[in-house]
Amino acid sequence: MVRFEAVGMHYGPGSGPDVLHDISFQVPEGGFRWLLGPSGAGKTSLLRLLTLAARPSRGRLEVLGTDIGAAPRRALPELRRRIGMVFQDFRLLDHLSAFDNVALPLRLAGRGEGQIRADVGEMLRWVGLAARADAQPAELSGGEQQRVAIARAVIARPSLLLADEPTGNLDDVQAERLLRLFRELNRLGTTVLVATHNEVLVARHPAQCLRLSGGHLVAAE
Amino acid sequence: MARRSPLRPPGFDELGLKRALADRMLPSLVAAMAFLAALALAGWVGAAALARHWEQGAGAALTVQVPQPADPAAAGGGSRQDAVLALLRAAPGVAQARALSGAELDALLRPWLGAGPGRRALALPGVIAVRLAAPPPDPPALAALHARLAQAAPGTLMEQQGVWIDRLLALVRSLQASAGAALLVVVAVAAAVIAVATRAGLAARREAIEIVHGLGATDGYIAGRFAARATLLAAAGGVAGGLAALPVLLALAHLAAPFAAGGDAGPAGSAARSLGGTMGGIASGLPPALWLLLPGLPLAAAAIGFLTAQVTVRRWLRQLP
Ligand SMILES: Nc1ncnc2c1ncn2[C@@H]1O[C@H](COP(=O)(O)OP(=O)(O)OP(=O)(O)O)[C@@H](O)[C@H]1O
Ligand SMILES: [Mg+2]
Repeated sequence: MVRFEAVGMHYGPGSGPDVLHDISFQVPEGGFRWLLGPSGAGKTSLLRLLTLAARPSRGRLEVLGTDIGAAPRRALPELRRRIGMVFQDFRLLDHLSAFDNVALPLRLAGRGEGQIRADVGEMLRWVGLAARADAQPAELSGGEQQRVAIARAVIARPSLLLADEPTGNLDDVQAERLLRLFRELNRLGTTVLVATHNEVLVARHPAQCLRLSGGHLVAAE
Repeated sequence: MARRSPLRPPGFDELGLKRALADRMLPSLVAAMAFLAALALAGWVGAAALARHWEQGAGAALTVQVPQPADPAAAGGGSRQDAVLALLRAAPGVAQARALSGAELDALLRPWLGAGPGRRALALPGVIAVRLAAPPPDPPALAALHARLAQAAPGTLMEQQGVWIDRLLALVRSLQASAGAALLVVVAVAAAVIAVATRAGLAARREAIEIVHGLGATDGYIAGRFAARATLLAAAGGVAGGLAALPVLLALAHLAAPFAAGGDAGPAGSAARSLGGTMGGIASGLPPALWLLLPGLPLAAAAIGFLTAQVTVRRWLRQLP
């Protein structure tokens, strides 16, 4: 469950210019939303709020049933482990192999190495990178890096899955496969928000849309 | 860089600390600190042993001279010397009081007066050697004792060997305090060095830390990774510094060793003996206390590394949401 109530946000300490204004919407548990809008509209910023990488400067934000403004800082790590995020710029650890990058959420959750090996191996096979498990991000193509980022986001079966332009470096076939994975996870109960410019994909997978423009939520249809 | 197998390696390094905190700088600086700490420790232990020796040895002895020892005492029936002896033996803080025999006095005075009956012609005082109990009575108590002795046998002198010993003791105590202060400064500098290295590591790995933090790592987890690395490096530095100090300490002990053999009775001899005994009881040996303290250096370095890294990282992490 995600709930925005008149949320505002700005970057940096003190009072910078607001990049999000008065955002209000909610996504029920197990919901699916497209997050649309032109470049610079504030899609990534909104997802940053949802990954708890930034706190709202105004309003009330509820993520997975927790009021983020009121929650103590030490309550956030556990919440973050229930959120999977595919970053627009991937944010892989460049000194780790693809395998270790994907395994990271499981290791932070304290899973056993045996289970990690099985799960990560299967996930890498699914994204078509089984043969590249030992490669470091710098040795991977843009699309391969994106698939590692996707694998890392979903490996721990998050309750909330966020994806920022996850198909930007994928071909149509891979993009289609990815969307089917997201819809499948969604069907199993994961709440999913996907920010994208890819109108073709949106047209092929119709769902409710949140449309941002200049930091304002202009439509929720 | 070596490829990782898809098995979690024993030192899984998600924050890349092997590179960020890998420079030889930190262990080298900690080794230098440990080296200085070893020297300061040796000074501290040596000074403490000297002080103890003087307090319990030379400092705990008195000589009492009774003029006309055989004359009757001011009160009571016995001789003046007997009266003084009785008072001394009854006094608290006196372990033993013994009048030197005529033969002992002869032996003591022979270098000046020669052998023979001439000595008998001189009116020599009786000499009583007193050993004080440990801890020795303080100066006011000794003054009061002297007053009582002088009442029983006027003219009795009490010669405390402790005047120069008090001065030396004050010197040794201040040396000990200086060594302690040096030790504290070394600890503070070591902590500062580790804090600076940790902060440099935090800055170098900022992005990796933010990613791992964003994936749900707690402050304790991240601080623990840094602390483990800092502990290891500091302990290595502690071992290296302690090992480097060992030959220096042994050489010092060797230099001090000859004092143990030489030296007559008397202040200088006793001081040298005790210094020799402390620093070089056996030519190749350090005082046992040092053997116990030296292995503590790597442990102390490790503890400083752990605590400093924990505090530094946790404080730094508070800027993240
Ligand atoms: N770290 C930052 N510090 C300051 N301002 C920022 C920062 N990141 C983004 N902004 C500003 O916030 C606004 C929204 O940016 P955001 O990245 O959320 O847009 P977006 O919708 O994700 O765009 P795109 O489709 O190009 O990814 C922009 O005006 C941008 O300049
Ligand atoms: Mg963006």
